[in-house]
Amino acid sequence: MEIHLTQTILIKHNYISMTILAFDWGLVIEKLILIAVVVFGSLGIALYTTFGERKVAAILQDRPGPNRAGPFGLLQPLADGLKLIMKEEIIPTAANKWLFILGPGLAMTASLMTCAVIPWGSDLELFGRKIALQIADINIGILYVFAVVSMGVYGIMIGGWASNNKFSLMSSLRAASQAISYELAMGLALIALLMTSGSLSLKTIVEQQVTGNWWNIVYQPLGFLLFFIAALAECNRTPFDLPEAENELNFGYHQEYSSMKLGFYLFAEYINMIMSSAIMASMYFGGYDLPFFDESTVAPNIAAMIGVGTLLIKIVLFIFLFMWIRWTIPRFRYDQLMNLGWKTMIPLALFNLLITGALILANL
Amino acid sequence: MQPLTNKAQAVNRQPMTFWERLYLINIIKGMMITFSHMFKKQPTTRYPEEKRPFSPVFRGLHVLNRDEEGRERCTACGLCAVACPAEAITMEAAERVEGEEKLYREEKYAAKYEINMLRCIFCGLCEEACPKDAIYLSETFAPANYTRKGFIYGKSDLLIPNPTTEAADLALARGVEA
Repeated sequence: MEIHLTQTILIKHNYISMTILAFDWGLVIEKLILIAVVVFGSLGIALYTTFGERKVAAILQDRPGPNRAGPFGLLQPLADGLKLIMKEEIIPTAANKWLFILGPGLAMTASLMTCAVIPWGSDLELFGRKIALQIADINIGILYVFAVVSMGVYGIMIGGWASNNKFSLMSSLRAASQAISYELAMGLALIALLMTSGSLSLKTIVEQQVTGNWWNIVYQPLGFLLFFIAALAECNRTPFDLPEAENELNFGYHQEYSSMKLGFYLFAEYINMIMSSAIMASMYFGGYDLPFFDESTVAPNIAAMIGVGTLLIKIVLFIFLFMWIRWTIPRFRYDQLMNLGWKTMIPLALFNLLITGALILANL
Repeated sequence: MQPLTNKAQAVNRQPMTFWERLYLINIIKGMMITFSHMFKKQPTTRYPEEKRPFSPVFRGLHVLNRDEEGRERCTACGLCAVACPAEAITMEAAERVEGEEKLYREEKYAAKYEINMLRCIFCGLCEEACPKDAIYLSETFAPANYTRKGFIYGKSDLLIPNPTTEAADLALARGVEA
């Protein structure tokens, strides 16, 4: 009896160790490294996007901008971050403490989670393994992005509500209704793209553009314009930065926040910007595809690196466009925002959908 | 009413055309304007490294003058203190004794001479009042200090370097101030 028992245990043990061995640990390690690189990379880029914002604002307004910390002021974002961390953390007495802390955390998590489905480059070959430069190539990639982006609104909503402050609440309400209104137009603009590409996977969409002749912007110019405008609204960027309208709402939903919690909100905004730039670049501008360059002529690793660089350049250009718009035009009034969202964007998106459908039917 | 200038323009109250209502064209026009500003010369003076040129009559912090032989010119007559509208200047006079002829030009001198730079309005009336050319306003400005006490400038802060014994310091001070 005893022998029998030990035997079963042994067999069981063997079985477990076998499954553990059979499990591809290389994949886990590779994905963990990729996640770390992407998350910390986007945090670093976000850090320098804050600096870039101030510099772009300055040069567009004939000023030198931050130039004191380090050469050309390059250490400024580190100084800003240090300042935010060292500041006193204040939680208002009337605030709901847990939700108050949850708000910025949620905003940050949601904006960072988007990066999971973005293809950063073609496959890399290292140590005899084929490493995909994408954390997860799920076949509903774009739907996932939409789900996560709408979760980001909860961060703002919860933060604004938990602050127990009229202005914050008003601002979070604005943010929520704005996000919902523009998500509709965004989704409709996207459906037209999905009709031409026939896939929800971002990797497939990018590969189609790499192998095909044209980027999707050629097929979907109106769709891109609508998507871009909706992305501005989703990122709460000017001219849609009503949730942060300083003149009416003091500071918006993060008015009661201080220290790194405020930093998280501001950071989440910049990460959102980076992620929406990456998604727009992937969906409409060929992702990691360098135009007029045949990737098959160079080694696959070099081609992958060129691809990553190309995508990063496209992201930087989009971020510059975001900033350029911010420092050019003032924000909309709230009724104008709603009019634009419901009475212009959605009909236009539907029109775009119709045209695309007609062209597909006509086999063009 | 007769317009005072020829700059008046009639307000255009025409309803917006389709392209105007679209906003996009005008937004792109605006963006071109901001883009062109990227290549414009910045009017900024990068202050601590670079200083704005001043006119020679700029009224900055005061200096107490010496004559060519390095003797203090001030005789503590008090005219500057009387002229001062902000009452920033105080002094105490003393009589020159035997053997101090190389230090003080006249028989009477200022033993203590203080200007409160927080009170001073840099009007230059002290400079105008002085019969002995003893006080001048220099081109130094924006003094910084940790305490209020530090802004009360005494004789050691105000006197210029002695041209006979500290000629190099004087030249340096002149060079910086000029």
